[in-house]
Amino acid sequence: MKKAIKTSTLLKIIIILYLFIILFPFLWVSLTSFRPESDIWSSNALNLKGMRFTDDNYAKLFKTTIFNSLKNSLIISSITTVYVTLIASLAAYSIARLKFKFKKLLTVVILATSMFPQMIVVGPIYRIFVNLGWTNSYYISLPYSMLTLPVAVFILITHFSQIPREMEESAIMDGSSKINTFFKIILPLAAPGIFTSAIMTFIGAWNEFLLSLTLNTDEMWRTATVSISFLRGQFEIFWGQVTAATVIVTIPTLIIVILFQKQIVSGITSGALKE
Amino acid sequence: MAEIKLKDLTKVYGNGFKAVKSINLDIKDQEFMVLVGPSGCGKSTVLRMIAGLEEITSGELYIGGELMNDVDPRDRNIAMVFQNYALYPHMSVYENMAFGLKLQKVDKNEIKQRIHDAAKALDIETQLEKKPKLLSGGQRQRVALGRAIVRKPRVFLMDEPLSNLDAKLRVQMRAELIRLHDELKTTFVYVTHDQTEAMTMGTRICVLKDGEIKQVASPAQIYNKPDNLFVAGFIGSPQMNFYRGNLIKEGDTYFLLGENGVHGKFKFPVEKVAAQMLNPYLDKQIILGARPEHMILTQGEGLRAEVMVTELLGSEIHIHAYVQNEIHTVKIEAPTSIKAGDIITLLPESNHIHLFDPDSELSIV
Repeated sequence: MKKAIKTSTLLKIIIILYLFIILFPFLWVSLTSFRPESDIWSSNALNLKGMRFTDDNYAKLFKTTIFNSLKNSLIISSITTVYVTLIASLAAYSIARLKFKFKKLLTVVILATSMFPQMIVVGPIYRIFVNLGWTNSYYISLPYSMLTLPVAVFILITHFSQIPREMEESAIMDGSSKINTFFKIILPLAAPGIFTSAIMTFIGAWNEFLLSLTLNTDEMWRTATVSISFLRGQFEIFWGQVTAATVIVTIPTLIIVILFQKQIVSGITSGALKE
Repeated sequence: MAEIKLKDLTKVYGNGFKAVKSINLDIKDQEFMVLVGPSGCGKSTVLRMIAGLEEITSGELYIGGELMNDVDPRDRNIAMVFQNYALYPHMSVYENMAFGLKLQKVDKNEIKQRIHDAAKALDIETQLEKKPKLLSGGQRQRVALGRAIVRKPRVFLMDEPLSNLDAKLRVQMRAELIRLHDELKTTFVYVTHDQTEAMTMGTRICVLKDGEIKQVASPAQIYNKPDNLFVAGFIGSPQMNFYRGNLIKEGDTYFLLGENGVHGKFKFPVEKVAAQMLNPYLDKQIILGARPEHMILTQGEGLRAEVMVTELLGSEIHIHAYVQNEIHTVKIEAPTSIKAGDIITLLPESNHIHLFDPDSELSIV
């Protein structure tokens, strides 16, 4: 009994330590965003008690194109989420239910695409986009699927295979077409999985940097993550504004995760165990 | 009119497994046909082929005289009730029942009327607004039936619909299904592995084994005149007793003479069987079958066996006795003083016996 209590206290300490390590950078960035630029690198930086507060960094940040970038991020992430979720659910359903040749191979290929280092594919994608005249546009959503689609497909495969086959057969006997059955019966039943994959897709697209930096070079087409990296003068980086922008960019994902954490956790773990 | 005709129906799965081997079966209009057999006998596959959920490898399927092989399941106008009910969990009971009708573009008021009629018949009127997960197993089963009924299909297919219910509810639903069949006057095809369900519900029973039909007949005929050893052993509970021995003739009477280990030989009289049927088997091996209720305990000649267990079932008692590791069962009326360890002498009632050819396993009579 005593031992059990000891272990749990130890476990708590480990968890708290771990949380602190994980959260520390974000906390530090948040604090820094409220400091005057001059304090950030001075000896005052580590002085928490006598910290001087200012909203100067935010005021300056709001005068940049950050809101336009946030709008770009929002639109691009939303487009990506909608079409990736749609395609992923169709693909995952096919893999989970239909019989066809080379199914295993296809599944492996989908998984493999998510494992290519991004640096390798950025070059070719850039060439293609230049030739098609697609740079500086919302078309950037298309290559985003490379990052997000495989994960979405895999989350959904587990959800679709959990749905009893009789459910579909029953609908078909009731006179429902395949496509009607998919939208009326299968999708609602896989809702937790759809939801999880949609959120993961959105966050993945929202945080993307490299493709956005390469393909949408025009200031008006930058996404939020890229905009942060451009908060600099000729000889200096505006750390105050960078930290303020980081906080702003993190907020939407934070809200999503806090609101939907229950669904996300159940969505990721369901399918792991037989009920 | 919705008679179903299976002509040389065959199903071979992708891995080469022959689930159904060239089956021929005529199911009459308004018949309650029960497909029964041990697991893996192909009964569910036959049902699924009738439904259109399973492709037909070869052979022909006719429903109401029309060839159905390539007709889409949704165009066959058939309803199916599944073992696990397969209710749509995100829809209310009402929506579950309305799903098929909406797709058929049935008038809204008509849908309402049909659902309320079905709900009334099935005693689920008060459950219509609930989601399936709030219902008990029996209620879910009724909803699944209701969903099938409202569509007014020409054929009902049922795949072990009662096997998820507890014993008491199963008996109740059995009676209800019989009543439903009488009311709806539609063709029912019912799959089960439970021979009691088959016996009590079917107008006719089709016994399957290893993808082949062993016998198709009325319950009474299947029980009283099984075509072969398999049907004789499969239908009836407790199982029929079988005895191997040589057929001999003493004077005008035929006997089965068998070995009984330490107890020497046993001799059963064989009566009321035409001599011309028996003569070819004279002095050859033969199998004699007798149901537990047709076994009697005797003080005279018979098969000596040691009682292992007696089961009291209320009005009757089943005595399980072992002879050389084989169980033999006798059904007698309660009460009895016989207990485990007793030596009893068994004798089949000679006018209620079944005889089988040991090679072909077919019934001789």
